[in-house]
Amino acid sequence: MTTIDVDRPVPYMERTRRYYRALGYEQDYVWATFADVPFTRLAKPLGATRIGLVTTASPLDRSNHDASGTRHVWSGSVAPPPQSLFTDNLAWDKDSTHTRDRESFLPIETMTALAREGRLGGLASHFHGVPTEYSHRKTLAEDAPQVLARLRDDGADAAILCAL
Amino acid sequence: MSLVARHLEANGLPTVVIGSGRDIVEYCGVPRFVFTDIPLGNPVGPPWRRDIQRAVVELALDTLATAERPRMTVVAPVSWDDPAWRGRYGRVDPAERERLLQLGRERRQRADERKARAASTSTEA
Repeated sequence: MTTIDVDRPVPYMERTRRYYRALGYEQDYVWATFADVPFTRLAKPLGATRIGLVTTASPLDRSNHDASGTRHVWSGSVAPPPQSLFTDNLAWDKDSTHTRDRESFLPIETMTALAREGRLGGLASHFHGVPTEYSHRKTLAEDAPQVLARLRDDGADAAILCAL
Repeated sequence: MSLVARHLEANGLPTVVIGSGRDIVEYCGVPRFVFTDIPLGNPVGPPWRRDIQRAVVELALDTLATAERPRMTVVAPVSWDDPAWRGRYGRVDPAERERLLQLGRERRQRADERKARAASTSTEA
């Protein structure tokens, strides 16, 4: 019997390690960790800042997968926003919740409304999907530079990343 | 996702991560993090709760604008109706030992097949 602390954040790294051991994996996953964290201040006031959204979800037609099944960075339009996205392949709490409300993990309409009210300078015209990868190397060498290039193409000054 | 935030930030683009896996995000280390302490899957707030989702996004915007240093974590005032949720994700039931091992074997086999397909695709190219 495991005691659940009702206030402490769930220890996902420990849960994941135990789960994969139960699946018969011999080596624990190694999470990325860094001593230093980069930091850039916002260059303009929020009301003049154009913001891009980033998600870990896939399009419903899974066109971000290539023939081998590898996922790649993809982009979608915020106007009109997609009704729903594919999330079944991601690790989220499928027993406690659902992802039928796309705004609960990719808040395009909320950001559009806040932009209209002048809280931010504008919402970039595309959101970008980034694969959750086992390989840190692929994320750092391929996917992250792709997301940066696409945000810049859209004129984004900053980004909000929503991880499922 | 944390790795992407770090890359954007290192290249001059400020970021804020909204997420529910606090230990993983903080272990990696990101510039700004809005933590929603609810089940994984709805980082911005419970499904269909536009009021809460808006408050979380506004908190992310404020954090983006006001953070003075990296590793800034802000806890969003969000809760989940069913307190039992904390025990569910990734639980390992000893009674399911055999089923989980079989699931693992199937996953490894699918991963091997995917790797083989990727290798043959890159050979053809």
